[in-house]
Amino acid sequence: MVALPGVDPAWSSYVDVPSASAADNPGTVNSWHYLDNGPQLSAAGTAVRGTLLCVHGNPTWSYLWRTLLAQGVLEGWRVIAVDQLDMGFSRRTRTFRRLADRVTDLEDFAAALHLDGPLVTVGHDWGGVVSLGYAHRNRANLAGVILTNTAIHQEPTKPIPSLLRLALLPGVHRIGTQTTSAFLDVTHALARPKLRSEVRAAFRAPYRTRADRAGIANFVSDIPATPSHPSYAALTDIAEGIRTLDVPSLMVWGPRDPIFTDTYLEDLTRRLPSADVHRFEDAGHLLQEDADVAGTIFRWLGERFPTGSRKASTAASAPPAAPPPTFLWHQLRERSAGPEQDSLAVAEMGRDSIRRSMSWRELADDVDAVAAGLTRFGVGSGSRVSLMVPPGVDLTVLIYACLRIGAVIVVADAGLGTKGLSRAVKGSVPDVVVGIERALLAARLFGWPGRRISVGTLSAGKRALHVESSLETLRTTPPGPVGDQNPDPDADAAILFTSGSTGPAKGVVYTHRQLSGMRDTVGGTFGLGPGGALVAGFAPFALLGPALGAASVTPDMEVTASKTLTARALADAAEAIDATAVFAAPAALRNIVATRDGLTASGKLALGRVTTVLSAGAPVPALLLQQVQELLPVASLSTPYGMTEALPVSTIDLEGILAAEADAEAEATADAAGATPGVVRGAGNGVCVGRAVQGARLAVSALSDDGVPHGTPTTEPGITGEILVDAPHVKSRYHRLWRTEEMSSRTAPWHRTGDVGHFDEAGRLWVEGRLGHIITTPGAVRTPVGIEQALEKLDAVRLAAVVGVGPAGTQAVVAVVEPLPAPGRNRRRTRKPVLADAGLAERARSAARMAGVDLAAILTVPALPVDIRHNAKIDRAEVAKWAGGVLAGGSSRTP
Amino acid sequence: MLGRAVATLLAAAGDSVRTLQRRPTGLSSVTDHAGSLTDRAALARAVDGVDAVIHLAAKVSFMGPRSDFEAVNVEGTRNLLEEARRAGVRDVVYVSSPSVAHAGQPIVGLGTTTAEPARARGEYARSKALAELLALEMSTPDFRVAAVRPHIVWGPGDTQLVERVIARARAGRLPVIAGGTALIDTTYVDNAASAIVACLRRIDFVQGRAVVVTNGEPRPVGELISGICRAGGAEPPRWNVPGALARTAGSLVERVWTVAGAADEPPMTRFLAEQLSTAHWFDQRQTRALLDWEPAVSIEQGLQKLADHYRR
Repeated sequence: MVALPGVDPAWSSYVDVPSASAADNPGTVNSWHYLDNGPQLSAAGTAVRGTLLCVHGNPTWSYLWRTLLAQGVLEGWRVIAVDQLDMGFSRRTRTFRRLADRVTDLEDFAAALHLDGPLVTVGHDWGGVVSLGYAHRNRANLAGVILTNTAIHQEPTKPIPSLLRLALLPGVHRIGTQTTSAFLDVTHALARPKLRSEVRAAFRAPYRTRADRAGIANFVSDIPATPSHPSYAALTDIAEGIRTLDVPSLMVWGPRDPIFTDTYLEDLTRRLPSADVHRFEDAGHLLQEDADVAGTIFRWLGERFPTGSRKASTAASAPPAAPPPTFLWHQLRERSAGPEQDSLAVAEMGRDSIRRSMSWRELADDVDAVAAGLTRFGVGSGSRVSLMVPPGVDLTVLIYACLRIGAVIVVADAGLGTKGLSRAVKGSVPDVVVGIERALLAARLFGWPGRRISVGTLSAGKRALHVESSLETLRTTPPGPVGDQNPDPDADAAILFTSGSTGPAKGVVYTHRQLSGMRDTVGGTFGLGPGGALVAGFAPFALLGPALGAASVTPDMEVTASKTLTARALADAAEAIDATAVFAAPAALRNIVATRDGLTASGKLALGRVTTVLSAGAPVPALLLQQVQELLPVASLSTPYGMTEALPVSTIDLEGILAAEADAEAEATADAAGATPGVVRGAGNGVCVGRAVQGARLAVSALSDDGVPHGTPTTEPGITGEILVDAPHVKSRYHRLWRTEEMSSRTAPWHRTGDVGHFDEAGRLWVEGRLGHIITTPGAVRTPVGIEQALEKLDAVRLAAVVGVGPAGTQAVVAVVEPLPAPGRNRRRTRKPVLADAGLAERARSAARMAGVDLAAILTVPALPVDIRHNAKIDRAEVAKWAGGVLAGGSSRTP
Repeated sequence: MLGRAVATLLAAAGDSVRTLQRRPTGLSSVTDHAGSLTDRAALARAVDGVDAVIHLAAKVSFMGPRSDFEAVNVEGTRNLLEEARRAGVRDVVYVSSPSVAHAGQPIVGLGTTTAEPARARGEYARSKALAELLALEMSTPDFRVAAVRPHIVWGPGDTQLVERVIARARAGRLPVIAGGTALIDTTYVDNAASAIVACLRRIDFVQGRAVVVTNGEPRPVGELISGICRAGGAEPPRWNVPGALARTAGSLVERVWTVAGAADEPPMTRFLAEQLSTAHWFDQRQTRALLDWEPAVSIEQGLQKLADHYRR
């Protein structure tokens, strides 16, 4: 083998193996090529923890596993990556080898190498199947199985992926796979980002001639696309056989794969239900090239096969010894049977009056009816149901009906945008999609998995949208039995998706117990409970109305855009149910203030009776809250802080914000003047988010000089670190993000939020930004929010982002500001970033200096990138990348 | 300008200072010796009986034939160091330039890297790189040599950068290149001087190596140029030239100038265009630790001092 990038030539080995395969004549000896880091390990005297047997697919070769070999040397794992016969640099046998032969081949190879345990198989593509075939039949030394983008079962009723269908077409097959290198080229083109030309050449190295490529063509022919295929039985045998594997398993997946889609991953997870799964959202078929697969595998091996005294963490964390909670539908049950059964429970506003409503009894009956209908439809415990229904009565009914029968609800926000939403839905692989027409159109367009149930009237027709039933049908057909049995409180209940403002949206899994915890925390912290009435203008909390025993109403608004809620619509909704509480997004508050002139006298009175306003999702400026207070004079205005993984975490009200801001001011001036009595040390440098909500504990994990949070959890004032939260309502785990979950929960029992902040002396938490956005200057770690606040106080600045450019540890601090449009001047709006004018630069520098930071540069842009959902969170990583480019100067590479 | 600042600083600290240069310094606190690097005899007289030598002399220009640069910058340095070693001098600080390791790529937060004559841009940088290598090569525990590379030194009385920028701005011949956004490090003259002196004091730690010295306050080049213009009472430049165009024009002008044998500096060279359109700022952590030194004058204070100088 010639020298190839990423491969130590010493790894390359050959072995002659007597064949036991039916494809070969008796007495045949095949020459196998494989990569092996074993000699390197023994030369270094490293104790070997185990062996990884890696099997490539078609049309790659052992080169695919080079990063595993390299890291294996460091981690003490022997890694053997084999070239299957007729592939890579192994012998061209001139035979047609089917799946069963290939499993036998691998057994021959392993026997020849005298591989003893513990052995972990690793497979990719059709190599995944071969490796599972080996694992299934050779369990004695088997310690684990690792799979990457593969498939073990083809649903006979479903068509195989179109790319493969194409490759199998009689006229295409031989030409596409052997005569030309088209199949190779297409496969290599699946890498994202594109393969470097040297790597591409390395993948092609063993397949230069037509004869070299015979194995590629035969591999494609051996895909058992239908039950009549000769290899179908062998495949089925393996697919069923692995159900009894009882070793740890890991699946690492690149979902952007046109062939091995999430559907195949879903099938595998049902066969190996205890598998750990990590999906690299941006990776595709050649995920080994796209993402840190080796790092993930060795982290997992470290967890599952710990060295020394460290005990393996049990697959599922031990169930808490807590008593079963009162389920989310407890209040619904109580009230539907009690004296208030005929009073209003849920309602939806039309233009200015209630459009639709249900009493507690009607709601309970409807939930039961829909639950029965869903059961008859085939939805049961553990089924995933994606709900694509706008907030309102139907969504409420569906949520409680699903939870009631143990189905797992999947909720993704339309604010993710079509693409983000589609990725979220596909990744969660729902069994059923329940949606309004728009959602069902998207389901068909983007090929979302799952059977379809419609909500509302359809114009396109059931057939075209592949709709099998409707919510109306579910609720009106004669009620069947709904088991009275409650679900396991520690079973999955919901998958909620994050906003995606910090990378691809992540699915967050909650159990029933955790959802109940969220209800209790919200109820207890904000005094919401039976008898209350709330306007649900903000989706995440809206589903809690019936759980709290409070009547809830959805105001008339464009549901996907919270900023469309008007003062009039809010007042109408409040008046309709005599509301005591209002949930509204920060953007909605802004619009309510902007449209306050539309309020009627009775509307004003209704708002005047509201005692609680909650606004979460993004920081709400005190000034805006003061304007809101004018409209709701007796309400306590609270702005809880939290995240999809833990909602809410802490809270602060308007009075609290004003007091905190005054303390920050005093602390800033006291710093200059020396110690002053009465000053709250630690106040400032961030957004004050108050104190922990009921039942939650907060701490920070201090940052090292290079910005890594490694400190033991502390609440000591003035220490900046990653914010940690522990509460009964913290998520169970991330959905199919094993590595992300492991990182976020590595400091048990804390959840690491990825936010950075500190406590002040009064015990209040101040958020300073995202962990990924911290700036490591020489000698000090800086956080962006405090500096941004200082800059945003300048008259000319509307919005500011503070980022670091340059290498970690010696970064320069840069401010990118969105200026307020200069009045009177009709300057040409340039899209290009420019240096701020001298005056602004000077003011910005001195403002930052007050915050203790030297700004290297101040750039202005017409608009900073902000998230869709809140229109407020700046994508600082994007800004940093961009600013780094601008400040590096134009490309200096000269031709 | 820098030599003057170093001499003044040393004298103020109580050292007895001798200078060697072509024209008198006019400083009362030092003893002047007239001479140049190509005059061995003058060099021998100048280093006779001194403890340490700080070598700041060089032919600095964007243009000119290779032989001129080699004679002064390479051979001159060899002459000086050989004479110093012969005279029993203990320590030498060679003042170099970051351009010895600058190959035209953006420098973003880089530490000090080895001089690379083969990759240096232009004759000045090439000759300085050769000289630095030969100087550091001569370093031994008995004859300790260290190199300091101050990056873009400026201040009152600076003819290399400040005067040129102001003169061109006044004549309306100063463009902004590529929006002026490239982030560059510079060194206020007093800081360069104090770093050189610190290098001599800490030569135990720096012997045999080079350190890049800057203010540690990178700034967009456009902002610095504008700041210098304003300090000098000139209107900051307004017209913008794309970086690629400036580099092309620079190399064209460079060629024409060389062919025509013009004596003064061309208005734009490729090297200058690169300097003005690509980032070059440095990681100063190691420098500061080795020299146990911090710059005392910030960019802002430096510009103020410059403005005071021109107002006088």
